[in-house]
Amino acid sequence: MVKLAEWRGKELFRKYGVPLPRGQVARSGSEAEKLVASGAVPLPCVIKAQVLSGGRGKGGAVRFANTPEEARAAAEAILALEFKGEKVKEVLLEEKLPIGRELYLSVTLDRSLRLPIVIASAQGGMEIETVDDAAIERTPVHPFPGLAAYEKRQIGKVLGVAGPVAKSLDRLLDALWTLFNREDAELVEINPLAVVGEGLVALDAKVIIEDDAAFRHPEYDDIQDDRTPLEEVAREKGIAFVQLDGNIGVIANGAGLTMATLDVLKEFGGNPGVFLDLGGTDDPKKVTEAFLLMARAKPRAVFLNIFGGVTRCDTVANGLVEAMKQVPAEEKFPLVARIRGNNEKEGIEILRAAGITSIPTLKESAQAVVAAAGGSA
Amino acid sequence: MTVLVDANTRVLVQGITGHQGTVHTRQMKAFGTNVVAGVTPGKAGTEVEGVPVFDTVKEAVAKTRANSSCIFVPAPYAKDALVEAVDAGILLSVVVTEHIPFHDMLVMYHYSRSKGGRIIGPNCPGIAAPGLAKIGIIPNVVFHPGRVGVISRSGTLTYEIVNGIKEHGLGQSACIGLGGDPVVGTSFVDALPLFQADPGTDVIVLVGEIGGTAEEDGAEYIRHHVTKPVVAYIAGRSAPPGKRMGHAGAIISRGKGTAETKLAALSAAGAKVARFPYEIPDLVAEIVARQARR
Repeated sequence: MVKLAEWRGKELFRKYGVPLPRGQVARSGSEAEKLVASGAVPLPCVIKAQVLSGGRGKGGAVRFANTPEEARAAAEAILALEFKGEKVKEVLLEEKLPIGRELYLSVTLDRSLRLPIVIASAQGGMEIETVDDAAIERTPVHPFPGLAAYEKRQIGKVLGVAGPVAKSLDRLLDALWTLFNREDAELVEINPLAVVGEGLVALDAKVIIEDDAAFRHPEYDDIQDDRTPLEEVAREKGIAFVQLDGNIGVIANGAGLTMATLDVLKEFGGNPGVFLDLGGTDDPKKVTEAFLLMARAKPRAVFLNIFGGVTRCDTVANGLVEAMKQVPAEEKFPLVARIRGNNEKEGIEILRAAGITSIPTLKESAQAVVAAAGGSA
Repeated sequence: MTVLVDANTRVLVQGITGHQGTVHTRQMKAFGTNVVAGVTPGKAGTEVEGVPVFDTVKEAVAKTRANSSCIFVPAPYAKDALVEAVDAGILLSVVVTEHIPFHDMLVMYHYSRSKGGRIIGPNCPGIAAPGLAKIGIIPNVVFHPGRVGVISRSGTLTYEIVNGIKEHGLGQSACIGLGGDPVVGTSFVDALPLFQADPGTDVIVLVGEIGGTAEEDGAEYIRHHVTKPVVAYIAGRSAPPGKRMGHAGAIISRGKGTAETKLAALSAAGAKVARFPYEIPDLVAEIVARQARR
């Protein structure tokens, strides 16, 4: 998921013609002061932390200013914050507008319908999850005709807009729909969407770009995702790697098998710390890389659970034995292995020669690794 | 026709000259599948594993009467490959390719459907019916002909479960791997009616995972339309919200897609729920034994 900070989302909004308050980004208090003093950002203004977590208003990450000096002080205070674990590096300064009503609008994917869906509510400004279902209008949109005029009229009706505001909504919906498709978004959300005079203005912007479409969007290559440094390394190597809060590392092949392995561990009192899905591979080097990566996460014990299908057990065993030679002494960990399936005998033999026993059942191997990690959590 | 494939299935492999395409063409043939053609633009006139290669799907279909496709084409070109197959009249496509943007898949799905076609996948192991045919990459060794139908969102976990069924002395009628992406061409609700209607299937195994509501939708279908016994398992009970667990579709987002709601829905629909993968073959064996006593 490439989550865009508000200001980057708003750059996209500007490109597609979604109306915005006048605003600029600042990275220091003095920069903020200058933006206001020069009139680039009109007063009074709002100053907002550019972080990816929600709930900024309650966390002191949104402030107001009536003078350039106040803008400087507010920006400095916000830039000193660490908001929900995220260091604030940028603030967005925007003119404060006379707001009428606050609405909600988003476009996302409905997996079940296999269609994009426009979600609208007249109750904007709060998290959509907390809004009563009856107050939410969901409009699935077929990709071939695209968003139809009658659908836009219906959405306008639900939002209670008419006249020039309805016209503004019509153009805004077209812009959002085009942005969602052209930019490979998985979510485009405006909350709140404010009625200002006879028009609409997007006060916030939440845009998430789909990971798998990254090859079409080199412009986001510089964006740091919310991945940990090790998760980032794994991603570059094409290994599915997720850090969790426990202490047992799990290496398995296939997302489903890896998840199932975590579930079994948890059931027997273990606490999984790393999810590593080896995927299908016939390259022992990739297996070695995966183990070295796992070692860097410093797990208390590691559970290797392989079912050889496309992947062969002897390939994994060879990669593992090689990795054990390369793991630095301070990163060594106890290992419990369970390898089954394609070339199982050969794999087990290679492990045995290296002093590693493969335990055939999932239950017993899971119990063994929980014990190796120091017992139940 | 049993479940989507049978003795008349004639498979075309798109991307046959790539590493995966070549390896799995060999495996499909070893399974007994009639692989009749391959397509790689620019490679016409060559052969892979004894299978003739064509430049276009249209030519391949004209010369070999291929009626299903197995797509290994890399993600940026997969949409084009699928559209080409559909335009050449191929109505069943298994898309093995991983990392296809869902925006592309939306177009693939709705285009294929508008022409009466069906997609299995993407990011999937495909379909296999022992003794008949296989389209995709499910390992041959786990199968034994029998009367258990398997529908799953997983890959390797499915192989392990199918293998477990075999080790219990039972066999499979067919196994469909639906794929791990947020948008799939064939979902549980699309696959369940095939097994319900198949005279060769007595028991259905449903293997789901966290993310989306495909299992809840499946449960609703089971409640109203499935009379055969169903054994269900959901992977990811311990997965934290907001993290993608290996599959693009395996994510609990905004509180939706947890294992608990899926298990509750399946259980309420009358499915026998396994807590661990290794319990599935036991539950299936119990049902089969009960059916035999009748």
